[in-house]
Amino acid sequence: MTVTLFIPCFVDLMYPKVGISIVEIIERLGHRIDYPEDLTCCGQPAFNSGFWDEARKVALPVLERLKNSDAVVIASGSCGAMLKVFYPELFANTPQADAAKELSAKCYEFSDFLVTKLGVTDLGATFPHKVTIHDGCHGLRELGLKKGARDLLGKVRGLELVEMKEAETCCGFGGTFAAKFPMISTAMGEVKCASAADTGADYIVSNDSSCLMQVQGLLSKQGSGLKTIHLAEILNSK
Amino acid sequence: MTTEVQEFKTQATKVVGDLRHRKLIQTALGKYEVARDKRKGAFQSWSEARQVAAETKWDAINHLDEHLVSFADKLEARGTKVHWATTAAQARDIILGIIQAKNAKCIIKSKAMTAEEIHLNAAMEKAGFEVVESDLGEYIVQLRQEPPYHIVFPAMHLTRHDISDLFEKHLGSAKTDSPEELTMIARRALREKYITADVGITGANFAIAETGMVSITENEGNARLTSALPKTMISLLGIEKVLPRMADLALFLPMLATAGAGQPLTCYNTLYGGPRQPGESDGPEEYHVVLLDNRRTELLADPEQRDALHCIRCGACLNVCPIFKNVGGHTYGTTYSGPIGSVITPHLRGLQNWKHLSYSSSLCGACTEACPVKINLHHHLLQNRRNSVQKEADPQEKLIFKLFAWAMNSPGLYGAGKSVARWFGPLHRLVMGTFLDPAKAWTKTRDLPPIAETTFKEYWKNRQ
Repeated sequence: MTVTLFIPCFVDLMYPKVGISIVEIIERLGHRIDYPEDLTCCGQPAFNSGFWDEARKVALPVLERLKNSDAVVIASGSCGAMLKVFYPELFANTPQADAAKELSAKCYEFSDFLVTKLGVTDLGATFPHKVTIHDGCHGLRELGLKKGARDLLGKVRGLELVEMKEAETCCGFGGTFAAKFPMISTAMGEVKCASAADTGADYIVSNDSSCLMQVQGLLSKQGSGLKTIHLAEILNSK
Repeated sequence: MTTEVQEFKTQATKVVGDLRHRKLIQTALGKYEVARDKRKGAFQSWSEARQVAAETKWDAINHLDEHLVSFADKLEARGTKVHWATTAAQARDIILGIIQAKNAKCIIKSKAMTAEEIHLNAAMEKAGFEVVESDLGEYIVQLRQEPPYHIVFPAMHLTRHDISDLFEKHLGSAKTDSPEELTMIARRALREKYITADVGITGANFAIAETGMVSITENEGNARLTSALPKTMISLLGIEKVLPRMADLALFLPMLATAGAGQPLTCYNTLYGGPRQPGESDGPEEYHVVLLDNRRTELLADPEQRDALHCIRCGACLNVCPIFKNVGGHTYGTTYSGPIGSVITPHLRGLQNWKHLSYSSSLCGACTEACPVKINLHHHLLQNRRNSVQKEADPQEKLIFKLFAWAMNSPGLYGAGKSVARWFGPLHRLVMGTFLDPAKAWTKTRDLPPIAETTFKEYWKNRQ
């Protein structure tokens, strides 16, 4: 199968290893990667800020380029939710309404693609560490993702998974929210970090780099030894 | 910036830094979550119960015109006087008119968020009446001269020690850390008031259209005393409280108790159908029901967000909201706080002054997941944001997003931006987190990763 890869702007610029891991995993499973180099952002910052006209301008080339793909894999639960759930809303009552709905059906967040579309959970990875999962809100509540990441981690050699109490609590990122209301965003992040630290884990794993940017940003500032890692990087570890 | 948003930010900054507050609320709501989940398990299917509840409220709200008329007609047939108030001022005037006509001196009140919404207590006190809240939590915050902290748990921000100090100051009671003793102190003070009060004012949890009855659910028995002892009873309720049928209570009463407080059923559930009827031994001589619109019909006219009128004020969305848990109930500056407050306040009190509440959310969706009547709360926050931009966008923000759209649509510009960011990276490190840092909103408390040495796009190009 040819898999079209959507790499969000922040993964491209700051977390390229996440994208590279996804490419290597999907290719190892025998599929071909199609990466549209000219695409940058899904438009979510504008959409979430209420600027839907501007969001449509950014989203239109994404929709046009991806709509004829066989399957689209998105390297983020949040951007995945944007393409899968919010594009149909953003393009409702426009000439692209049908295309947005068709694209929605072909979109998969990375871990969901492995588990649901390919039916693969064991990728032969080894990661001898104690990890705890942060369920990114968009993946969890917009896309209904919860079990897949745990099934995948369950097959990783040497990995010990410990659940934190606040696994499903928002990390406080929320896109522009983090900059508009930094005091609230930071307090939410502190609650998340404390809950993760309580497990005694070495790593917080998530399928969303945007959440991890928030969590790692706080941990580094606090001088904590706890680290963050994207699910794809663990699944690509030997 | 409007005063409302400035006040919100000031209060939020103050409260999020109060770690005692954070721990208190987290502990209280942690216990609530355990109890709620246990009670949810007692439903054959909580998700199907939510679906039925959502459909029932959909029917109630979409046929409000018929249901309200039926509700009022049936109540009036039993001698109740039903009043229709379009605005908060009208509702206040109606109620003041009733208590003045009765030559009342003392008013006893049970819990009613609608009364908070129209600032009824302040109006009655200004007119010279003594008003006493009979719900324990409400009584406590009344003594403190502050609004309820939470729509269901008005005094949840206080410890037993805080309450003991408060009672010592106002009631002259001895210090105690026993919740039972504290309750007895309040009870002794309140029992006097029930007997002397001339008028009892209540809210309502549901208005049954089929039978013309007001359903009130409470844990302390105070609403029963408020309604049974004074000669005149007034119930103030929003028009959205309607349920079509009596049988709907079989679902809504346990659902409200479960979602609201993790209880199987609230302790006292009473239906009021009118004043004392011939041959009856108790009940008020006069019963008035005041139905309040106060811009609810404007929300009704919005097909996208009409379901916000399904709200049964259980408080479940507040209890799971990470924003609420960190900023606390008073920071919102609204009658209805938490996610439901952020959704409806812009409709009830003006979008431009209250839109900041819709922006003050990470859109995590915990509220929508918790709502027993399936209000699409966090999507409504997005719609409020869109509506506020369509109506009147902040010029600076509009420029930023125009530039954003332009840059993201031009691969050349995106690449150039990346080079500039790389070039500025080391310079940025020097001022990171200080007042010179343009990204200080982020970097004051968080590190920012640099632009990668090899971005994904560069990796892909090299690979080809």
